[in-house]
Amino acid sequence: MSDGRPLPPALELRGIDKRFGAVHANRAISLAVARGSIHGLIGENGAGKSTVMNIVYGFHQADAGEILVQGRRVELRSPQAAIAAGIGMVHQHFMLVDNFTVLENVVLGVEDGPVLAGGLARARAALEQLGRDYGLDVPLDTVVSELSVGLQQRVEILKALHRGAEILILDEPTAVLTPQEADQLFRMLGRLRAQGKTVILVTHKLREIMAVTDRVTVMRQGAVVAEVATRDTSPRDLAEKMVGRAVLLTVEKGPARPGEVLLEVKRLAVCDDRGVPRIKGVSFALRAGEIIGLAGVAGNGQSELLEALAGIRAPSGGQILLRGTDLVGGAVDPRARRRLGLAHVPEDRLRRGVVAGFSAQANSILGYQDRAAYNRGLLADQAAILAGCERQMATYDVRPPNPRLRLTAFSGGNQQKLVIARELEADPQVLLVGQPTRGVDIGAIEFIHRQLVALRDAGKAVFLVSVELDEILGLADRILVIAGGEIVGELARADATEERLGLMMAGVKEAHA
Amino acid sequence: MSAPRKLPRWADLGLLPLVSLAAALLVSCGVIALLGESPVQAMRLLVSGAFGSPEAVGYTLYYATNFIFTGLAVAVAYHAGLFNIGCEGQAYIGGLGTGLVCLGLGHLSFWLVLPAAVLAGAAFGGAWALIPAWLQARRGSHIVITTIMFNFIAAALMTYLLVNVLINPGQQSPETREFAAHAWMPAAGDLPGRLGAAFATSPLNLSFVLALAAAAALWVYVWRTRWGYELRVVGQNPAAAVYAGISPGRITVVAMVVSGALAGCLGLNELMGSQHRILIDFPSGAGFVGIAVALMGRNHPVGIVLAAVLFGALYQGGSQLTFDLPRINRDMVVVIQGLVILSCGALENLFRAPLARLFGRVDSK
Repeated sequence: MSDGRPLPPALELRGIDKRFGAVHANRAISLAVARGSIHGLIGENGAGKSTVMNIVYGFHQADAGEILVQGRRVELRSPQAAIAAGIGMVHQHFMLVDNFTVLENVVLGVEDGPVLAGGLARARAALEQLGRDYGLDVPLDTVVSELSVGLQQRVEILKALHRGAEILILDEPTAVLTPQEADQLFRMLGRLRAQGKTVILVTHKLREIMAVTDRVTVMRQGAVVAEVATRDTSPRDLAEKMVGRAVLLTVEKGPARPGEVLLEVKRLAVCDDRGVPRIKGVSFALRAGEIIGLAGVAGNGQSELLEALAGIRAPSGGQILLRGTDLVGGAVDPRARRRLGLAHVPEDRLRRGVVAGFSAQANSILGYQDRAAYNRGLLADQAAILAGCERQMATYDVRPPNPRLRLTAFSGGNQQKLVIARELEADPQVLLVGQPTRGVDIGAIEFIHRQLVALRDAGKAVFLVSVELDEILGLADRILVIAGGEIVGELARADATEERLGLMMAGVKEAHA
Repeated sequence: MSAPRKLPRWADLGLLPLVSLAAALLVSCGVIALLGESPVQAMRLLVSGAFGSPEAVGYTLYYATNFIFTGLAVAVAYHAGLFNIGCEGQAYIGGLGTGLVCLGLGHLSFWLVLPAAVLAGAAFGGAWALIPAWLQARRGSHIVITTIMFNFIAAALMTYLLVNVLINPGQQSPETREFAAHAWMPAAGDLPGRLGAAFATSPLNLSFVLALAAAAALWVYVWRTRWGYELRVVGQNPAAAVYAGISPGRITVVAMVVSGALAGCLGLNELMGSQHRILIDFPSGAGFVGIAVALMGRNHPVGIVLAAVLFGALYQGGSQLTFDLPRINRDMVVVIQGLVILSCGALENLFRAPLARLFGRVDSK
């Protein structure tokens, strides 16, 4: 550092090219990441971000191009080689052994000698040092499954640092985090940078890029389309570069014209699987022609509330009235609720909303498989199902428009469009929708938001649950804030600001003046 | 970690099983050579023993009938995400139902006995599967464990009944009296003309046709009705099923009862078609072979019929082998069957990757 020559970049890629069969996943990628910086890599799903990072981490080998680490050319033929070169990766889906302690997880694979006890003791000392240096406090003797998601991610970061990582790659690190946990993560990344580590943040969230990175590389269709200093750009500018056209980040909508009450919830109480009360006496009324947004930090009972409304989880008390029909006393199951005009786009699409191994057309009747339109006597009407799916795909711009493709052949955004198409085509009176744009690219987000507003304008009611405050602020006519399983406040859209909502989400009840 | 190349569908369904089968037979040849017999002669005997004469074909299809029923039974449970290892016991108890009808109504018209025997076999087999199904749906007892246990309970129950209750008085072996002639399944040998004469000495009977009909019906049920759709949703994603208003517990019960009912039809072939009495341990492992048949047939009715014929051929050709080659005994035939199961089921992916690479190379040229 003292000899005055400029330092080589921590990581430099030159002309990385990669094909998978017919797919040209990476086209001549070149990028340089300065040492001691946080570098953003942004692009829509399928833009090739993960491929290029997997090449850097040794999972894939590039067809052409070279990789330089700290100015030296390296051959990264395996993750082991990448680790040896000082590259660490934190995957979107954690690679942890759930029933091992934190310490055991960190030493897994680097046990340091045949006798475990000695290695563990040395690792404990090293980790405590790391914890002090970077403010990465993790209870070393706790079993991983008992940690929150945010702490599990910290364990992954510790794992990488313990293996001597100088360059840390994080793949969509905030996808599973609450806003608070995300903020903590970003502070941690800042400390890593201050200590001279290099961080590469792979994400599709513009706000994160703007908040923490020094420079940002934008990818589209396998190629780098821009590399800029973060302070010289804006979210709108980045979004346009990602998508390749102008994008509306906000939805245009007129004022709501609320009508009669369609869904009324009275003193609803819901417990989770372990019998812990998660919803404690929630009441609200949802009217025709309005969108209610439920804001809150993830894990404050939103999931349980949505499941109870949809009929997936039995409430422990209270009433749910759908156009006057009591859904709780009559124990109305999701199928019967659909018949009464209640549709549901679930929070976790792949876990609940679709069957991944089925074709698009088989997924297009999920929940509606016993409708007369889809059956002819005892047999399912294949032609009607196919035609129905083709119609849904055309109306909701699902690509590729092939009903026979397996669901997993579609991108996240198109899968979500399929789910929304299925639920909206049933012409519901009330739509429950959870995290409608999670894992969905920007182009599709815009489309999905417009669909929800159109549904409202058609005189239907929408109950929107989202952890993205932007989404709530952009769509909702009224905003309920949930904290600790209770509604802590209600705001008209005009009165809501991010700051006010943030305080309420933290559980600070407002005294109504 | 690079994405695995996909095989074309025809190669995946047709070529891959053949390659696996060839590999299994190749290893078998090695073992036969080690035993000091000629592998070429052994293979020739195996094939001619299974297909060499109408009688041989009749035996092969007769065994295949058993395996079609049990293979279908395993497959329908599989599509609901359940592993039914209890087909052996369900077939045994189902046979009791069929046998009781034959004993009780055998003096009446065959066309009265047949539907009653089918219904009784299916009902008894289904009822035997209902208990583990209900235990899983309601109490969470794992169906793999309970169905295995129910095999033993079925065996004990049948031994008790045959030794103490149903035994033909004045006879040593634990079996019932012979069914009256109206309760005998029409045999292929009863067919008019040369066809009948050709099959005269084989036990092939009408049950084979019933098994094929069951395969067709199962295909329609699983892939062409809303109930089959619900079954597959539960099998592939129980959480999505709940979301769609489908009760996984109810589907578990329905799928297992259908599965047990199919296994319970084994008695039609084995008892009504061949033995004409109820006797100890008549399923003789067909319930377990059904697992291999379903595995090899990819849980699809067409595949199951083909796999069942293959296993029928191994049974029939294998017994020919033990007759003609002194150094090859019954256990050696079991070894060959085991190698086929190992190769087609467990080691399937051994050949998938090289085959896919081969296709990839051909494609890119």
